[in-house]
Amino acid sequence: MEILFALAAGALYTAGIYLMLRRRLAQLIIGLGLLSNGTNLLIFAVGGLTRAYPPVVARGADRLVPPYADPVPQALVLTAIVIGFGLLAFLLVLAHRVHAIVGTDDVDDVGRER
Amino acid sequence: MIAFFVLATFPIALIVGGLVRRYPSSARIAASWPAVLTVIVSAEMFGSLSDGPRDVEIAWAPSLGLSLSFHLDALGLLFALLITGIGTLVVLYASAYLANHPQAGRFYASLFAFMGSMLGVALSDNILTLFVFWELTGFTSFLLIGFEHDRADARSAALQALIVTGTGGLALLAAGVVLVDVSGTASLSRMATDSASIAADPSYVAVVTLVLLAAFTKSAQVPFHFWLPNAMAAPTPVSAYLHSATMVKAGVYLVARMTPILGATALWTTVVTGFGAATMLVGAYRSVQETDLKRILAYSTVSALGLLTMLIGVGTQQTIAAALVYLVAHACYKGALFLVAGAIDHQTGSRDIRTLSGLQRTMPLTAMAGGVAALSMAGVVLTLGFVAKEGAYEALLGPGQWRAWLLSATVLSSVLMGTAGLMAGVLPFRGPRKDDGGHEPEWRLLLPPMTLAAIGVVVGLAPWLLNSSLAAAAGAILNRPQTLSLAIWHGFSPALILSGVTFIGAIAVYSARDVVRTLIWRPVFGSELLYVRMVSSLDAISRMIGPPLHSASLRSYVMVIVVSAMAAGFAALSTLPTLRLAARTGIRIHEVLIVTVIIAGAIAATLAKSTMAAVLSLGVVGYGVAMTFLLYGAPDLAMTQFSVETLTVIIYVLVFRHFRNLGPLSPPLVRYRDLIIGTGIGTFIGALVLSISTTDTAARLREYFVQFGPTLGHGRNIVNVILVDFRGFDTMGEITVLATAAIGVRALIRLANVNNQDIGSPISTATSPIFKTGARMLMPLLLLFAAFLLWRGHNEPGGGFVGGLVAAAAFSLYLMAYGVSRARRALFVNPLTLLGVGLLVALISSIPAAVRGQPFLTARWIVQPLMLGTPMLFDIGVFLVVTGVVLMMIFSLAEEP
Repeated sequence: MEILFALAAGALYTAGIYLMLRRRLAQLIIGLGLLSNGTNLLIFAVGGLTRAYPPVVARGADRLVPPYADPVPQALVLTAIVIGFGLLAFLLVLAHRVHAIVGTDDVDDVGRER
Repeated sequence: MIAFFVLATFPIALIVGGLVRRYPSSARIAASWPAVLTVIVSAEMFGSLSDGPRDVEIAWAPSLGLSLSFHLDALGLLFALLITGIGTLVVLYASAYLANHPQAGRFYASLFAFMGSMLGVALSDNILTLFVFWELTGFTSFLLIGFEHDRADARSAALQALIVTGTGGLALLAAGVVLVDVSGTASLSRMATDSASIAADPSYVAVVTLVLLAAFTKSAQVPFHFWLPNAMAAPTPVSAYLHSATMVKAGVYLVARMTPILGATALWTTVVTGFGAATMLVGAYRSVQETDLKRILAYSTVSALGLLTMLIGVGTQQTIAAALVYLVAHACYKGALFLVAGAIDHQTGSRDIRTLSGLQRTMPLTAMAGGVAALSMAGVVLTLGFVAKEGAYEALLGPGQWRAWLLSATVLSSVLMGTAGLMAGVLPFRGPRKDDGGHEPEWRLLLPPMTLAAIGVVVGLAPWLLNSSLAAAAGAILNRPQTLSLAIWHGFSPALILSGVTFIGAIAVYSARDVVRTLIWRPVFGSELLYVRMVSSLDAISRMIGPPLHSASLRSYVMVIVVSAMAAGFAALSTLPTLRLAARTGIRIHEVLIVTVIIAGAIAATLAKSTMAAVLSLGVVGYGVAMTFLLYGAPDLAMTQFSVETLTVIIYVLVFRHFRNLGPLSPPLVRYRDLIIGTGIGTFIGALVLSISTTDTAARLREYFVQFGPTLGHGRNIVNVILVDFRGFDTMGEITVLATAAIGVRALIRLANVNNQDIGSPISTATSPIFKTGARMLMPLLLLFAAFLLWRGHNEPGGGFVGGLVAAAAFSLYLMAYGVSRARRALFVNPLTLLGVGLLVALISSIPAAVRGQPFLTARWIVQPLMLGTPMLFDIGVFLVVTGVVLMMIFSLAEEP
């Protein structure tokens, strides 16, 4: 399964960076969205893959017995997902404002306009 | 107390600046602060003469070994006395000189800040704080030289001074760091007790080089002397104060201060003496070539600084004492001459000695001050200048290496300096009277130069007044007690004969000044030219490499970053053992399906021609990722991702109604290039994932959290325990970032609505009655579910983040069905309030720990009768913030025209 994770993360990065190198503001943001998904997969994989055992102690048990998924990357990714959402929303609105003010959605023109 | 007053000068600089700006006439009383400082420094001086030096320390950054420690010995206090005393006169003078200047406030602020910095230099015992004050003097000097910043010459002179002295300042920092390392202390007075081991250290030569680089740039020693005459672009009070009496002497002060630490070797003596002597000659030589009053005085200042450096470099008891007397004498007469030059300039509008003439009839008092100061500079009997020069001659007459040469050089320079003094202080007043001859200035322009000139005579008549303080200062330089007995009359000695020769020579050269000026050779290539070429070639280089690097094109920045990250990444990966493709976890068919969906989504998002298609493809990717989380033991992540994906699509749809077309803008070649770059980074990330996930990672963190989560954190969901308890501070930061982003979104939209008055219709709401009814029924259920997720989050998958997202989704759904205003009413409170309350609740949860003095956000639990703890309160805060953030964004976007 590691190879599939690698393929998925690699594909998300390829598409994400390709889109970030485009001139359309909208594509830039979509690219960033793909990139943050890819990064979440990357961080998630750091802890190693463990199928189906969440790091939750069973009711009544006093401790977690292996195998269990690594909780540390999960905590990191969880906040990353939410922060990524906030960032994306902000970027979207920023892009929208730029578009409204400068009158173009071409990144190359934005620098030249003013 | 003195430390307090020195530091108070900085806030007072701002206050005075503001006051003068608003009430220009308040400049008249500005001099009262330096006057107060003068009194305090004098009191300290008397105290130190009877009780010895005092140490005052204010802790600043103790962990870095930085403290504002003042060592109040006679050497530092002597400088402080010059700074405050002359400062008082200069501020008084400036209040008339700049009376009608619209920006006088800025002038006083800079000048006072300089005064505080300079006092810091003179009194600091810690070499690193000395450096800070040292750089502050350079910076304030920059501001003051460039005060008339609408003049190009003032700007370039200011920049030149800053670059030259700033470079020296960096050298001082480097020297300080090495010295602290070698001696184990940052205290200059403690270093002085350890000079032998510093001299024996291999870094000694480097330290000496660096210290002298700092001192020589600041004190305008050859070959760095060129900045000082150019600095005359500053208003005259500044020239008199910074570039004659105080700041330029900081270099001399540094040499003196470092003498007990570094001065015991032949290297130090030779270099300091040599550069000092060369500077003395060059300065004197150039001073008689000038025709501008201020430039004459500037070059003669260079010469005097050279003489001081040379005398300290020779380093005998006599030369050091002579240097200190000379220091005081020079500050008095040169300050007076500068102020006289300023008064002439102010009254007549000219500083050219070729046109100024006969001013003694119209400005008799100014003429008197100038004449007396000039006589002191020429070293005429009964002036302090005479005592000083006599002391220098006597000190150099003794046996020793190179003494004959040094003595001859000093006599020669003194002749030329005397000439320069007469040219500046006597010449403009003599000769026939001209029509535009000006008239006597007001008392504030008169009193300061007259006072300084008078001090030169009074102390010249009673030089014993200086005995005790200068002896104590010399003792600080030589590191052993000294005595001094200055007198007007030493009998007929070789020094007296040399003084006579000097004066006659000065008169002779003065009479032949016009011939001398045209005759003597002017260097065609100097260090200034070297400086100019260096700066301009630096400029050329940055102009060459700047534009390609700073192209103002986002895409090229992304490309540079990505490509360099990729190169570094592959280089790092190549050091790892070969990738193991052998999987640890087997592959199942439905997983292949999910990954295929993710990849297909990514490709579709890339190729999409419309924004809507791209957004939906991105959503597909997000759901796919969420599915993998679910399969691999991360239900919390999966729930969060599902909710976020849904909300993201809503936001995208709200914004992307403004962007439509996604057709390609770049030519195919560029797209292929970008595809190659993308594939490269994708390959790297894939390899990285493979190598990390097939390697064993340290289990320490995981095991710690798993072991202590249930016991210390009282929670069975380890991820949630990490978020709200173990790493609560991180989470606090993250919700703050979220709140900031939401406020940013709202501000951007509000701003646009203010500018754009024709508000159109907000988004249309759904018309389907089934959707409307469904939304109304679903909303309470979703909210209940959100509360449930929040409640159980500590023990089962769930928590504040997911709960908040679900709650926001409930209102968003309602918004879709009934529009923004009804959704707002349904929420009861403003999302901004929700967000603020959430942050507040999270903060409140830290109070119990704070009360007990525990680290921030340490959890407190009440185990009986109910399981209650601050992490749960914290999670409620997270819940409220997330709900507020999302709703604030979505509401504002939906209200947007």
